[in-house]
Amino acid sequence: MRTVSARSRLSSWLTRTPRARLALLLSAPLLWLGLAYIGALAALLITALWSTNAFTGQIERVWTLDNIRIVLTDPVYRAVTFRTIGVAVLVTLIDAALALPVAFFMAKVASPRWRPLLVAAILLPLWASYLVKAYAWRSMFGGGGLIDWLGAPFGITSPGYGLTATVCTLAYLWFPYMVLPIFAGLDRLPGSLLEAAGDLGARPGRILRTVVLPMVFPAVVAGSIFTFSLTLGDYVAVEIVGGTKQFLGNLVYDNIGAASNQPLAAAVGLVPVVVMIVYLSLSRRAGALEHL
Amino acid sequence: MFLTKGMRVGLRIATGVVLAVLYVPLIVVLINSVNADRAFGWPPSGFTLGWWSRAAHNAGALDALRTSVVVGLLATVLALILGTLAAMSLQRYRFFGRDAVSLLVILPIALPGIVTGIALNNAFRTVLGVPLSLWTLVVAHATFCIVVVFNNVIARLRRMGGDLEEASMDLGADSFTTFWRVTFPAMRSALLAGGLLAFALSFDEIIVTRFTAGQGTTTLPIWILDNLFRPNQAPVVNVVATVLVLLSIVPIYIAQRLAGDPSGGRV
Repeated sequence: MRTVSARSRLSSWLTRTPRARLALLLSAPLLWLGLAYIGALAALLITALWSTNAFTGQIERVWTLDNIRIVLTDPVYRAVTFRTIGVAVLVTLIDAALALPVAFFMAKVASPRWRPLLVAAILLPLWASYLVKAYAWRSMFGGGGLIDWLGAPFGITSPGYGLTATVCTLAYLWFPYMVLPIFAGLDRLPGSLLEAAGDLGARPGRILRTVVLPMVFPAVVAGSIFTFSLTLGDYVAVEIVGGTKQFLGNLVYDNIGAASNQPLAAAVGLVPVVVMIVYLSLSRRAGALEHL
Repeated sequence: MFLTKGMRVGLRIATGVVLAVLYVPLIVVLINSVNADRAFGWPPSGFTLGWWSRAAHNAGALDALRTSVVVGLLATVLALILGTLAAMSLQRYRFFGRDAVSLLVILPIALPGIVTGIALNNAFRTVLGVPLSLWTLVVAHATFCIVVVFNNVIARLRRMGGDLEEASMDLGADSFTTFWRVTFPAMRSALLAGGLLAFALSFDEIIVTRFTAGQGTTTLPIWILDNLFRPNQAPVVNVVATVLVLLSIVPIYIAQRLAGDPSGGRV
């Protein structure tokens, strides 16, 4: 009688039981993401409900709502929250306004030969270093920089480092994230639909408004999830071009570093989580999640 | 085409202007790395290669480069293993909670960067009591790199189908041989593309990095940020920035050739 090796027994057992195969494949990524990452998010909520000793700065495991109260009622924290959300909305609107014509040109006007080249040209800057791009804008907004030089004939000077520079830089950084979903959405939109609207007598403006825009809207929302979330979570570009202005991320970073108040940092960190949950559930209603 | 000629010309011009604005900042960095003016006023007053030779001997920058490469390689290996496993299980099987798992994979990159940063920082320091180090940084990077590998591998598996594997099993190969001789060779270029892009993502990351790196762990982005506000170091920072811009073309070019997706699964 032939001896059956352990390997072939294991192999045939795996072939017979798909559940075991699935468990073997899924356990490692599920442990890493489910237990470690989701666990870390849950721990954030718990830490936000703890307090720190005023003298030693050590965490005391005493339940308190003080950190949450500070985040919700302190005027400084509220101002920063509204500023961060406001800039995220503004950056999203700017990117959508710029991306719509560009994506439309790429998908429907440019010749098919040019299309992949244009997509690559839009996406190449995505992979250039984030810091380098923020730094480039710092040097452009700086005194005597490119913006001062270009604006000089028109009497325009650079607004310097602050909110304007932050909005420009972030809109620049996240632009490719908005173009790609919209391009994909327009690419799927059949040209015959637009021709039919034209044959039925609609003028170009009306076709764009009543046919193209409603059909591409979910893709715009999908892109906006990226631009909104990335702006909400940024604090480094803000340090580089924002001057003295602060975002939620700066408050979180300062509280784990210089101020050393981990529970308060955790409480501030919960704000973008809540904002994103609201944003994602609204996006879901717009049918945007299938476009991600 | 239903658009008027004027509209088409307008769209062409708008696209041209946006593309130009996309590349201007990168070109400014390239020019500033040879700008003789220390304050980098515009237009440059003259050109020099002096900053390049200074940068080539900058011990801090070279050390940081080494750290970044080590962190990137370790995170990439972890992301390759976890991302491939996740892609294979989600593509091949239908099970309860499948949608939740695919959401879980994109969550670390879909949630705002500070959330991932503070959550992991808090988990390491407060919950586990582990001091931040190079290893905590590797864990953090691997967590958000999984999605890039996952997207590349699952796209390949979808195109591949299951026929070849079934044929291999019918011809008597066991599941290990089938994986090693059939599945893995078919996935190889997707793994290479995913790995390259995961490495590039880790190499460039700063938002989560500052929350999860130990005091002594200086990656290249941390080094750049530390030196960004020091006027004395600005010329060297410009050179490092230029090198990074030029290097970023390499992974995207290779990934485009291998996978045909210029976003590399990042969008």
